[in-house]
Amino acid sequence: MADYKNEFGVFGDRPKVEKKLFDRNKVIAGLVIFIVLITIPLWKNLGKTVAAPTPSLDTPVINKLVAKDKKCIMPTEWMRANHMQMLIDWRENVVRDEERKVTTSRGREFVAPDGKKYLASLTNTCMECHSNKAQFCDQCHNYASVVPNCWGCHQETGKKLAEAK
Amino acid sequence: MGMDRREFIRIAGLSTLLGLGGKGAFELLAPGRVDAEIIPEKNALQAKRWAMVVNQKKLDDATAAKCIAACHQVHNVPDYVNPPNEKLKLDPEVAHRYQIKWIWTDHFHNVFPGGVQANLPEEVEHMNFLTLCNHCNNPPCVRVCPTKATFQREDGIVMMDMHRCIGCRFCMAGCPFGARSFNWRDPRPYIKNLYPGYPTREIGVVEKCLFCAERLAQGMMPACVEVSNGALIFGDLYDEKSQVREYLRKFFTIRRKPYLGTNPQVYYIV
Repeated sequence: MADYKNEFGVFGDRPKVEKKLFDRNKVIAGLVIFIVLITIPLWKNLGKTVAAPTPSLDTPVINKLVAKDKKCIMPTEWMRANHMQMLIDWRENVVRDEERKVTTSRGREFVAPDGKKYLASLTNTCMECHSNKAQFCDQCHNYASVVPNCWGCHQETGKKLAEAK
Repeated sequence: MGMDRREFIRIAGLSTLLGLGGKGAFELLAPGRVDAEIIPEKNALQAKRWAMVVNQKKLDDATAAKCIAACHQVHNVPDYVNPPNEKLKLDPEVAHRYQIKWIWTDHFHNVFPGGVQANLPEEVEHMNFLTLCNHCNNPPCVRVCPTKATFQREDGIVMMDMHRCIGCRFCMAGCPFGARSFNWRDPRPYIKNLYPGYPTREIGVVEKCLFCAERLAQGMMPACVEVSNGALIFGDLYDEKSQVREYLRKFFTIRRKPYLGTNPQVYYIV
């Protein structure tokens, strides 16, 4: 008997159990099926590339702008990175009168770096030019899988747009 | 490795500055350039304390209806009782419960329960009063709001930030004037003419009259005041020359439930 000893006493050998996978074939087959099933989305999309979003600037208002004025209120790169923070700042400034990080001071008029003034309003300023929400906003948001809840309350057509109609 | 006295003082000073004021302290010494800013519109109406006087002597039912229609139009207030089309028709009882009211009329006994003033002339007791949020000086709705979605501005307007409202309805329980309504369902289909200049609301938020804060910011009087033919007077309570003060001096006014101590700022000439 191959006894072994530790500080609690002397013990007999551990029972010898055969190291064997029971129902080996069934278990492995089951595992394979399971793995294939949960990775189906990966296989289905293997090799496919999802086209990067190409926000369209083709709207009546933007097309009407002269080349010199054809720019957003802030530089494109900056807007791409910070538009959400800027909208939050606008919101806080307009509704809550609080001073915030990106923009300063208070009220509802936004002064761009070039000195031009804009009304701080999503519907009336942003959507006036970018009236193509599906091509401009939703495309990127879907691609990045972000779901902003602006549109539950804010309307897609601005005041000036509606007046023109 | 030694450190001379000057170096030590320099490092100690800079770290104290960092410890005391963080990054802001350094920006104070070398202010960064501000790229863009938001400034108030030049023609915005400003006051120390906005208040309204409702001249019930001048206000008839037709004018009241006009005020209500004007307000509900420019604020996209849904109409559940008379929906835009037959398909949206609700059970009358449900529609009544779902009603959104920013400004509405009510009978004397509902507006001034418990007798605000004993033995008023009988004609007063038969009046229909135009009621709206009282923009109390001591607003209970602000006290109970857990998210500060409702807050009091410096000019006295009890403002709502719909972005923050979680729909707990504490404010509705807190308001003794019934000035707040909850959106039990998506209001958009029930708005007859969608007004593009103002957002709608979503299901699950509370809303009320905001003294037309968005119009004041653009230099316009509240929508109801504009169409009231002088029956509604709006102005700065702290400005002795304002029309509101003039009317308060000239006429005897009553307020709703003053005994509750909320200090309402809508005055009624009866």
